[in-house]
Amino acid sequence: MTDQKPLLSVRDLQVYFHLDEGIVKSVDGVSFDAYKGQVLGIVGESGCGKSVTMKSILRIVEPPGRIMGGQVLLSKRDHPDEYLDLTAMNEKGKEIRAVRGGEIALIPQEPMAAFSPVHTIGNQIMEAIMLHCNVNKNEAREICVQSLKSVGMSMPEKRVDSYSWQLSGGLRQRAIIAMAIAGNPRLLVADEPTTAIDVTTQAQILRLLKDLQRQREMSILFITHDLGVIAQMAQYVVVMYLGRVMEKGPVDAIFHNPKHPYTQALLRSIPSAQKTTKTKLPTITGSIPHPFNKPKGCPFHPRCIDAIKGKCDVELPVEYIVGDQQFASCFRYEKNEVNNR
Amino acid sequence: MTQKKGSSSKQNEFTMIADKENAEEFSSSASEEKVSVASNWKLVWWRYRKNRLAVISLFLLFFVLTIIIFPDFYANQYSEKTNAREAYIPIQKIHFFKDGKVDLWAEKLVGKRNMKTLAMEWVSDPAQSVDVQFFGKGFQWKFLFWNTERHLLVPADASTRIFILGSDRMGRDQWSRLMYATKTSLTVGMVSVLISVLLGVLLGGISGYFGGTADMIIQRLIEILNSVPYVPIWMAMTAALPRNWSSEQRFFAITVILSLLGWTTLGREVRGKFLSIREEDYVLAAELIGCSKFRIIANHMVPTFLSHIIATGTLMIPQMIVNETSLSFLGLGLRPPAISYGVMLQEAQNVKTMAQAPWLMIPGLVVVIAVLMFNLAGDGLRDAADPYSK
Amino acid sequence: MASYIAKRLLVIPLLLLVFSIVIFFLIQAPPGDFMTTYSAILAGSGSSMDNEQLNLMRIDYGLDKPMHIQYIRWMGKLLHGDMGLSLLYMLPNTKLIGDRIGLTVLLAFFSFILSWLIAIPAGIYSATHKNSIGDYFFTVINYIGVAIPNFFLALLLMWICYDLWGLNLVGLFSPKYEMAPWSWAKVGDLLSHIWLPSLILALGGSARLTRIMRANLLDELGKPYMITGRAKGMSEWALVMKYPVRLAINPLVSTIGNYIPQLFSGSLVVATVMNLQNIGPLLLQALSMQDMYLSGSILLVYCLLAIIGTILSDMLLVWVDPRIRME
Ligand SMILES: Nc1ncnc2c1ncn2[C@@H]1O[C@H](COP(=O)(O)OP(=O)(O)OP(=O)(O)O)[C@@H](O)[C@H]1O
Ligand SMILES: [Mg+2]
Repeated sequence: MTDQKPLLSVRDLQVYFHLDEGIVKSVDGVSFDAYKGQVLGIVGESGCGKSVTMKSILRIVEPPGRIMGGQVLLSKRDHPDEYLDLTAMNEKGKEIRAVRGGEIALIPQEPMAAFSPVHTIGNQIMEAIMLHCNVNKNEAREICVQSLKSVGMSMPEKRVDSYSWQLSGGLRQRAIIAMAIAGNPRLLVADEPTTAIDVTTQAQILRLLKDLQRQREMSILFITHDLGVIAQMAQYVVVMYLGRVMEKGPVDAIFHNPKHPYTQALLRSIPSAQKTTKTKLPTITGSIPHPFNKPKGCPFHPRCIDAIKGKCDVELPVEYIVGDQQFASCFRYEKNEVNNR
Repeated sequence: MTQKKGSSSKQNEFTMIADKENAEEFSSSASEEKVSVASNWKLVWWRYRKNRLAVISLFLLFFVLTIIIFPDFYANQYSEKTNAREAYIPIQKIHFFKDGKVDLWAEKLVGKRNMKTLAMEWVSDPAQSVDVQFFGKGFQWKFLFWNTERHLLVPADASTRIFILGSDRMGRDQWSRLMYATKTSLTVGMVSVLISVLLGVLLGGISGYFGGTADMIIQRLIEILNSVPYVPIWMAMTAALPRNWSSEQRFFAITVILSLLGWTTLGREVRGKFLSIREEDYVLAAELIGCSKFRIIANHMVPTFLSHIIATGTLMIPQMIVNETSLSFLGLGLRPPAISYGVMLQEAQNVKTMAQAPWLMIPGLVVVIAVLMFNLAGDGLRDAADPYSK
Repeated sequence: MASYIAKRLLVIPLLLLVFSIVIFFLIQAPPGDFMTTYSAILAGSGSSMDNEQLNLMRIDYGLDKPMHIQYIRWMGKLLHGDMGLSLLYMLPNTKLIGDRIGLTVLLAFFSFILSWLIAIPAGIYSATHKNSIGDYFFTVINYIGVAIPNFFLALLLMWICYDLWGLNLVGLFSPKYEMAPWSWAKVGDLLSHIWLPSLILALGGSARLTRIMRANLLDELGKPYMITGRAKGMSEWALVMKYPVRLAINPLVSTIGNYIPQLFSGSLVVATVMNLQNIGPLLLQALSMQDMYLSGSILLVYCLLAIIGTILSDMLLVWVDPRIRME
C-alpha cells in the first residue's frame, strides 16, 4: 500500500467556526490519506469534528465555519499522479461542483430528511445524474432505474416515482446510496449511514456498501462512532478527539494493539461478550470539554491517566510512528520517529 | 434542537458518562446554574430583555397606559370646545429657548383671509409669543378622588388656547382630542382582545380537552368564522345597533362585536396546545393523584402556555385597533360625541381638506405608531415565550 | 382526491344557508323597515306617500308577515336568482351587484397576485441574505406594512399625489370612460388605474406573507436535504429555488384560505375611501340607508366569494403538496 499514491489526501486541515461567543476550532490539524479500493474509518465521540471534516472535503462547510488552513488533495481521474487541491477552489465554482457527486459522493447522516418530501426520489436522483453525465431526461431515468436496481431495490421502475416518506427506513437508505453512486464517483463519504436504522437493516446496508465498493473499486470514507461497525468495515482507522487525530493505523493494530491512551480507554469502555464479570464497565473519567474552552496542549490531557504535568498541558504532541502504518500523537512516544509526511 | 438530542443519545452509547463531580468541574459554569433554577417568567424576561426594540416599545406602552388612565392630565382644553374662528389652525410650534435662555413659549399664529381663495391663512407672528408652562392650571378634572386643575402643558394665560397639533373644522384642539381618542381606541382594542382571549381559551380548551362532539362543533364554528369577510359582517352588525343608544352602550357593543369574530386563531392554538399537553406525563400524573379536571386545567395546563397566550393576545391588539379605526372612519363604529382615532380621521375624508390641513392626518400616524409598538412588544414576547417556535 | 373536492363543494350550500340566516337576522334588526326608510327618502326628495299607500306596499312586499315567512320568501326568490329590488336606486339588486361584481373580484385578484409577487422574492432575499442591509430594509417595510391601516395608506397616497402633482386619485376610470361601454381602451384605462388600489390592498398582506416566507425558508435552509443537494453538485441558486423555496411556499398556500376573505374586507374600506365602483361603497350606502335587501344580497355575495376563495385555496394546497394529495 505504501508504494501506491493516495486517492485523497487530507493534510493538516483546520476548520474554525467564528461565532459571536468566540472561535470554535472544530477541526484543528487533521491529516489522513485514503487509498483506492480501501475503506477508511473515522471514529470519534459526538462533536469531535467528523462531520465537519467530511463537509470540508466536499467544501460544503456552512458559515460561520471556514477552512483556515491545510489542504484536501484529490488525485485526477485520468492522471492519478496529479492532484487537485480542493481547498484552493472557489466554494461555489464549477470545478468543485463537478467534484461533488461526480468524484466524491456523500451518503448523509439522516436518510429520513436527506430527500425533499415533495419531490419524487426519481426526480432527485435523476437530477444528480444529469448534473454529472451528459444525458437527457429519458436516459437519466434509465440510469436511475439501473442504479436503484443495483442497490437491491425491488420494483425500481415503480419506486422511481414514489416519495421518500412512502419508503421504509432501509429502502430510503438504499435510495440515498443509489443517488450517491449514480454519478459514478471514486470516493463515497458515508457519514454515519446506519445510525438511524434498526440492526438487521443496518447489517444489510453495510453489506451492500461493501459489495458496491468491491464491484466498483470505489473508496469509502466511513464515519461513525460505532467501533463495532468500524471493525467490520474498515481496513484503516482514524481516531479523532476534539478536532484532532489521536491515533491512526490499520484496523487490526488499532483494535489489538492500540497505543494512544485515548484509544485504549475507548476500547476498554466497550462491553464485550467474552468478559461476563459483574464489574462496572470502565468509563473515561471526565467529560468532553466545552468547545470554547478547549484545553491547552494535548486536548485529551485533562482526562488522561498518564498525563505529564508541565508537558501535556502545554505543548501539542505531533504524530509519532508507533508501528507499521500506525501513528499516535502522544508524548509517550516522544522517543519514536516523527511522522513527517 | 434535533442535533442536541442526537448527540446526547450518542454520548450514552459511548458510555462515557462521567461521575458527577468531574462533570461539574468541566461543563457547568455559574451562569448555566442560574438558568436552571430560574422560574419560567424570569427566563421569559431574560430573553425579552435582549430585544432592544421590544423593551423600548414596552416602556412606551407603559407611558401610553398613563394616557389611557389620565387623558385629562395630558389634554389642555375641553375636547369639545369649538370656535368657528379658530378652524383649521396649523400646528403651533413650541420653543424651549428664547434669546439664548431657557424659556418655554409657543408661536403666536395670526390669521389673514386670502382675498382670492377666501381661505384663512395662518402665519406665525415673530413679534408676539404665547407663554406656556408645564404643570400649569387649566380646566378642572378629577384625579382619582381629588379635583385638580393641573395639566401637562398649558398656556400661562388660561383664556388663550394653543394648538400643539393644530385644530379641526370646528376649531377643536387636536392634541387634546387625540388624548381622549387614545383612551377610547386603545381601550376598545385591549378589552375586545381580552374578551377574545377568554373566549378563545374557553372554547379552544373545551375543544382540546374534552374532544368528541364539543370539539367537532367548535371546530366547524371556527371554520365558518374563518371563511367570513370580517369587515362587511362587522358593518352589518354595527349598523344593526339601535340608533338611540348612548355612546357608552355603543362602545361596549362594538367591543363585543369585534371580539366575537376575533377569538378563532387563539381558539385553534389553545386547542392544539391542549391536545399535545394532554399526552404529557405530568398531566397523567395529576389525573392519577385524583386532581379534578378543572384543577388540572387551571393549575397544570394553563400556566404552561400562558406566556404564549399573552404574546398572541398582544399581537391581536393592534389588529383590533385598526378594525375599530376603520369601522369608525366609515361611520359605522363609534360616533361623535365619542372620540376615537377613526372618528377623528373622519375629518380628513377628502383630498382637498387634507391638502388644506394635513395635520388632520396625525391621528392616522398615531395609529401606525401604536400598532407598531404593540407589534414589536408582542413579537419580542412571543420570541421570548417560546424560543423554539417560529 | 375527487371525493375530497366533492365534499368541499357540498359544504358550500350548507355554509350559505347558515350565513343567509345570520345575515337576514342582521338586516332585520334595525328598528323600522324598508318602508319607513322609503317614506323618509321620499319625504327628503319633496314628495310623500300616505300611510295607506305605505301599508299596501308593505303587504305587497310581505313585510307584514312574521320573520320566518319573510326569510323563506327571500330565500325562495334568491334561489330563482332574484335578489329583490333596491329602493335607493329603484333597480333590481341583481343588476346593481352584477355591474360591480367583476371589479370587486378583479381588484381582489390583482392585489392577491401583487402581494405574492412582492412577498415571495422579498422573503427569499431576506432569508438567503439573513441580517444583511436588504433583510433589515424588508423587515422595516414589513413592520410598517402591517402597522398602517390600508384606508390610511390610501388617504396618504391620495394626499401626496394631490399635493405634489395635483392628481385626484379616485375611481377606477378616467371621467372619459366612466360611462362608456366596454372597449379595449376602457380596459387599458382600468388597468392604468387599478394598480394603485391593488398595491395599497396588497401591502399589508404581502408584509405578513414575507415574514412567513422568510421564517419558513430559514427553517428549510437548515434542513439536511440541503447538504444532500450541495453534495450532489447543484449550484446554490438552483438548489435553493428547487427545494427549500418550494417547501417554504407550501405552508404559505394554506394561509390563502384566511387571506382571501381578508382581501375582500380590506377592499371594501379602500374602495370607500378611493370611491372605487365595487360592491364595497354600495354596501356602505345600503347599510346606512337601510336598503335591507340590497345590503343582505351584498353581504351574501361577500360570503360566497370568501367561501369560494377558501375552497380554491384548499384545492391548491392539495395540488401542491403530495403528502396531502396521497392521504
Ligand atoms: N454550524 C455550526 N456552527 C457552530 N459550530 C458548529 C457548527 N457545525 C459544527 N460545529 C462545531 O463543530 C464541532 C464538530 O461538529 P461535528 O458535526 O463535526 O461533530 P461530529 O463528530 O460529526 O458529531 P456527531 O457524531 O454528533 O455527528 C462541534 O463541537 C460543533 O460545536
Ligand atoms: Mg456528524
